[in-house]
Amino acid sequence: MAVGKEIRTKIGSIKNTQKITRAMEMVAASKMRKTKDRMQATRPYAKKIGQIIKHLAHANPEYKHPFLVQREVKRVGLIVISSDRGLCGGLNSNLFRKTLLQLMQWDNENVDVDVCTIGVKALGFFSNLKKINLTGQVGKIGDTPHLEDIVGIIKIMLDGYEQNKIDELYVVSNEFVNTMTQRPTVEKLLPVVAGEIENGVSSGHWDYIYEPDAKEMLDHLLTRYIESIVYQGLVENNACEQAARMVAMKSASDNAGNLIKELQLVYNKARQAAITQEISEIVAGAAAV
Amino acid sequence: MTMTVHVDIVSAEKEIFSGLAEMIFAPAELGEVGISPRHAPLLSRLNPGEVRVKVSEKESYPFFISGGILEVQPHLVTILADTAIRAKDIDEAAAMDAKAKAEEALLDKSGAVDYETAHAQLIQAIMQLRTLDRLRKRGE
Repeated sequence: MAVGKEIRTKIGSIKNTQKITRAMEMVAASKMRKTKDRMQATRPYAKKIGQIIKHLAHANPEYKHPFLVQREVKRVGLIVISSDRGLCGGLNSNLFRKTLLQLMQWDNENVDVDVCTIGVKALGFFSNLKKINLTGQVGKIGDTPHLEDIVGIIKIMLDGYEQNKIDELYVVSNEFVNTMTQRPTVEKLLPVVAGEIENGVSSGHWDYIYEPDAKEMLDHLLTRYIESIVYQGLVENNACEQAARMVAMKSASDNAGNLIKELQLVYNKARQAAITQEISEIVAGAAAV
Repeated sequence: MTMTVHVDIVSAEKEIFSGLAEMIFAPAELGEVGISPRHAPLLSRLNPGEVRVKVSEKESYPFFISGGILEVQPHLVTILADTAIRAKDIDEAAAMDAKAKAEEALLDKSGAVDYETAHAQLIQAIMQLRTLDRLRKRGE
């Protein structure tokens, strides 16, 4: 029967698409579990080193490390962490929107921006923007990021900071709130600001005893700190990517299901109409004889 | 009652130890340090080696770290251990030495040396040397 051939092929193609989205959803779900575990595993280290840095900012060191000193802001460095692949809902576009707002604010204050990007998507976005200076990029890191992958661009930024090319350093990445929610955040890395400290820490005027010496120790510690925060951001962004993809693919599968249902209804109606018409034609023909 | 200090040991992969201790021994860069409660604030790099946490007179936990950072506050000790070994952190001579010593200890079955400890040391030393080789091949 020739009726509704187009509709039938359309249903077929939507079913194929649905199979793909469903498979992607399941892959993302299993990857999300892994990336989430990794994110939670690296959290204690990032938290502890953050605490030490906070203590350090409260100390009164005889040697003031440049990373701890505020200065007038003429140019800022920005590290943007995005995903390598698309099809993960609004994850990257939300992040870029947030970044653009921040960039506009800096533009109003006549502050120039150096950008380093992590992930292919961020590179694609920022290479099209004028007015910003792309100083480094790294992409195609994959699902298991290693510290070595990001050491390069961190070095670019830290060298820039030490040579007074940039006066502040920020990192933009997605924060994993839960599977349904990922929040883009802008975090200031340098200069390190003193925050609230917990109990058990010296108060008043004090300084550390440094071994071997203050400069070397602080260089080492602060570099580790920046690395660990950016690494943590990367791992967290990975978990966000998988979660966002899972949700996006689930809704795509659901939508495909609805579409198929509607098309099936249209197809059935058309078929029934054709049958009815045929019968009435036969009946009319019989009556005429 | 003896005084205690809160100790946290974390590595890049996970939290290793968290709790109260009477004393902590760590391989600081300028020599082994022992830290009691109310120690003056201290920041130091750690060499690869053993960190020992003495929880009570009878109980103490040893940990192996491949370097890291030690922070001491009067009532809080934090050890950030590296497990990802990086070129700069590897002391090849020390690793070789450790390997030789551990092999020796493994051969010596007289019972004077703890077999498990020696085995762990050997593994760590071999791992370090292997990483160093790999890094060198990559052209560092």
